[in-house]
Amino acid sequence: MKNIISCMFVIAALLSPLVMAEQVNLYSARKEALIKPLLDKFTQQTGIAVNLVTGNADNLITRLKSEGKYSPADLLLTTDVGRLYRAKEQGLTQQILESEAISKLPNNFRDEQGHWLGLSLRARPLMVSVDRVASQTIANLEDITKPEWKGRVCIRSSSNIYNQSMVAALIAQVGESAAQEWVNGLVKNFARPPQGGDRDQIKAVAAGLCDVAIANTYYLAGMLSSDDETTQQQAKKVKVIWPNQTDRGAHINISGVALTKNAPNKDAAVKLIDFLLSNESQLWYATTNHEYPVLADIAWSKLLQSFGTFKTEQVPLGKLGELNAAAVQMMDRAGWK
Amino acid sequence: MKFKNWSYNWFNPWFVGIALGCFILAAPVILVFVSVFFPQTEIWQHLYSTVLSDYIVNSLILAFGVGVLVIVIGTVLAWCIARYEFTGRKQLQWLILLPMAMPAYIIAYTYTGLLDYAGPVQTWLRETFNWQYGDYYFPDIRSLPGAIIMLSLVLYPYVYMLARTAFSEQPASLEEVSRSLGVSPSKHLFKVVLPLARPAILMGAALAMMEAFADYGTVQYFGVSTFTTGIFRTWFGLGNGIAAAQLAAMLTSFVVLLLILEYLSRRKIRYYFQGQRAQQVSRQKLTGSKVFWVQFLCVIPVFFGFILPVLQLLSWASRTYSKQLNSEFWLLLWNSFYLAAIAAITAVSLALLFAYGKRLNPIKPIQFIVGVVSLGYAVPGTVIAIGAMISLSWLDIKLNTLTENWFDLSVGLIFSGSLFALILVYSSRFLAVAMHNIDTGLARIKPNMDDAARSLGHKPLQILRTIHVPLMKTSVLSALLLVFVDVLKELPATLILRPFNFNTLAVKAFELASDERLMDAALPALAIVSVGILPVILLTMLMDKPSPHSSQIK
Repeated sequence: MKNIISCMFVIAALLSPLVMAEQVNLYSARKEALIKPLLDKFTQQTGIAVNLVTGNADNLITRLKSEGKYSPADLLLTTDVGRLYRAKEQGLTQQILESEAISKLPNNFRDEQGHWLGLSLRARPLMVSVDRVASQTIANLEDITKPEWKGRVCIRSSSNIYNQSMVAALIAQVGESAAQEWVNGLVKNFARPPQGGDRDQIKAVAAGLCDVAIANTYYLAGMLSSDDETTQQQAKKVKVIWPNQTDRGAHINISGVALTKNAPNKDAAVKLIDFLLSNESQLWYATTNHEYPVLADIAWSKLLQSFGTFKTEQVPLGKLGELNAAAVQMMDRAGWK
Repeated sequence: MKFKNWSYNWFNPWFVGIALGCFILAAPVILVFVSVFFPQTEIWQHLYSTVLSDYIVNSLILAFGVGVLVIVIGTVLAWCIARYEFTGRKQLQWLILLPMAMPAYIIAYTYTGLLDYAGPVQTWLRETFNWQYGDYYFPDIRSLPGAIIMLSLVLYPYVYMLARTAFSEQPASLEEVSRSLGVSPSKHLFKVVLPLARPAILMGAALAMMEAFADYGTVQYFGVSTFTTGIFRTWFGLGNGIAAAQLAAMLTSFVVLLLILEYLSRRKIRYYFQGQRAQQVSRQKLTGSKVFWVQFLCVIPVFFGFILPVLQLLSWASRTYSKQLNSEFWLLLWNSFYLAAIAAITAVSLALLFAYGKRLNPIKPIQFIVGVVSLGYAVPGTVIAIGAMISLSWLDIKLNTLTENWFDLSVGLIFSGSLFALILVYSSRFLAVAMHNIDTGLARIKPNMDDAARSLGHKPLQILRTIHVPLMKTSVLSALLLVFVDVLKELPATLILRPFNFNTLAVKAFELASDERLMDAALPALAIVSVGILPVILLTMLMDKPSPHSSQIK
């Protein structure tokens, strides 16, 4: 027994991250495939090594919290603003000193105290069948809760963070009771019990299972640029409708980054943030993962242009995190699985 | 409490060692139960009035559905292989085990790809018959029954393995006695053979049901609300970690109940290794059309649980492999392999020590604490992982404070930030699998063997090493292999606890699949399956060897 324990001790010590010259440690909720190429480029340019752990945002936040002041992490990368808000709420973050790149960011893509900021923009519009839905029959998110859409709506589970943020944004803008009404109406119009991811909803519209879906645009863009012929064909049967263009705008969210409270490599971390906001990186987000850049002066890819320009919600993004629990309870009450 | 053995020496090294080892392994599970002391009335009212009944009902249906299905599939297959001789039997007996190498979430991905509304099967139906949506009925794969079938397809080998050993080890004398007393073959089956094999069958079913209770990947993908998805929803969506832990505690209680039932069912029967060679039942040779039907019966589960999904994965991988087959991929393969190997060796060594300690010290407290550790199998990987993360980080912080005070040096997160954390969680989660195997193996060795060795002056550990382990080699090896395969497939804990720049095949496959890139996930998925096959084949070769001459006494 003693031998085993001491043996493990040695193995553990050997395997813990080695001390390197200059490095930055990243906890990322963004999948490896969608961030690693960019990080490699950063290392090439600056010589700073980037150590990466990917995972579910909440798990990473828990890890950060339990590691306390000895946490090796410098940056927390998430794909949703609610999680950045949660990390800040738990006192795990600190202010990011303003740099030239950061000052160019629009205010609603930054935390008031500068603890987190957006790196890319994600939009969640309506997607309808090209053949069966005329564009003028649908203009607002509220439309799809009407009786004529009964049995025609596809959307994924309410366990998904994108739906939770969408409902939270709705609560922030139209109030608790109107939001509940919308959720109830939506659930009544479901074509099938929620299942699968956003791509599955798009495929369901293409296959005729439903006429309208709610999904993030980069999923549709990813399908359109897929190597697979069938996937491309399916995506072509679906078009984007930007909802609420005459009032509050379409729902958006950001992927973003927060600087951890005890970041051991703060300077390198700030360099990485600047790099992620550089024109080159912003362009990479747009072309590789089809997300919208957070900086206004970056050109959109052709594919993104084809979806058209749109007006966005103006709700402070931190609100989305604040109202997350309320949104989940609302969806529970409506029976949205 | 009153112990028979009131003069028991509580400070003997076995007791102290086992208690300490168990405490470390059980710490994450205990942490879950501590949550019960912090009532979260408001959240529970909300859960109770909205989703709680769904969680309970769905989880129970899922687990019992899987239980029934694996008993049926596993027992029938075990019977065919153990009692009949037919062409292809040799090949089938290892083919039947192959679905074990297939993680449930991967089989779920492939069947969804195949049977979904937009998938090839339904598209073909629509194009051939010119149907539209609503013109025809097609069962929805993403449903509770779908999840039951997916899980059963990969979990039935648990029952098959245990039942097969039980069937083939029943002595021929039993059948002769039945026959000479004029008992019909079918009556012999139901009155003698099945009751004797019942403990083995139920033990296999209990393992499968525990897996079903703890499954997250499949139910989450299918959109079925169970306890595990509820735990995540409560924790992340509602932001209440304590209520989530309470849900986990409730789930674990179900499993405790299940284990008690299983224990009660086999309490009355004891098996001992007789020491003399008993004649085993010879397999009945099949001829004519019977051969075909038995072959057909045996192929069905393998086909749906392995061949079909692998073909689908192959067709996806053939389109993507050229981009993916690089040095990074081989690193993933190696990481997965050695992590699983270390974990298997650790878990089985611990299981050997615990099981043997239990045998040397047959007192209730030891049985109880070892039992508590075995519960880890039923607790969802994520929950154990978070429990381990919190306790190990605490340890790390204390240790760092200590070294800073003494040596002015901080050693960093040597427990929570390294593979140690993962190995601990794997051991804690899969100890039950190893224990089940070792316990059964050990139980077959008559206690008077120990007494004889002791009287000849052997020390306990010496007996374990030189007598027990060689005698139950099969059990030890199958424990090793089962844990190996389980760790290889394990996902949530690996995802949460792995150190910087460390990935495994399961993590890779999951990341791609959850990004809805099923095609890209196919290659790592196939790799998991292929690495998992190796031990499965070894296992069959083991089972095939003439088992140690044994018989059973009721």
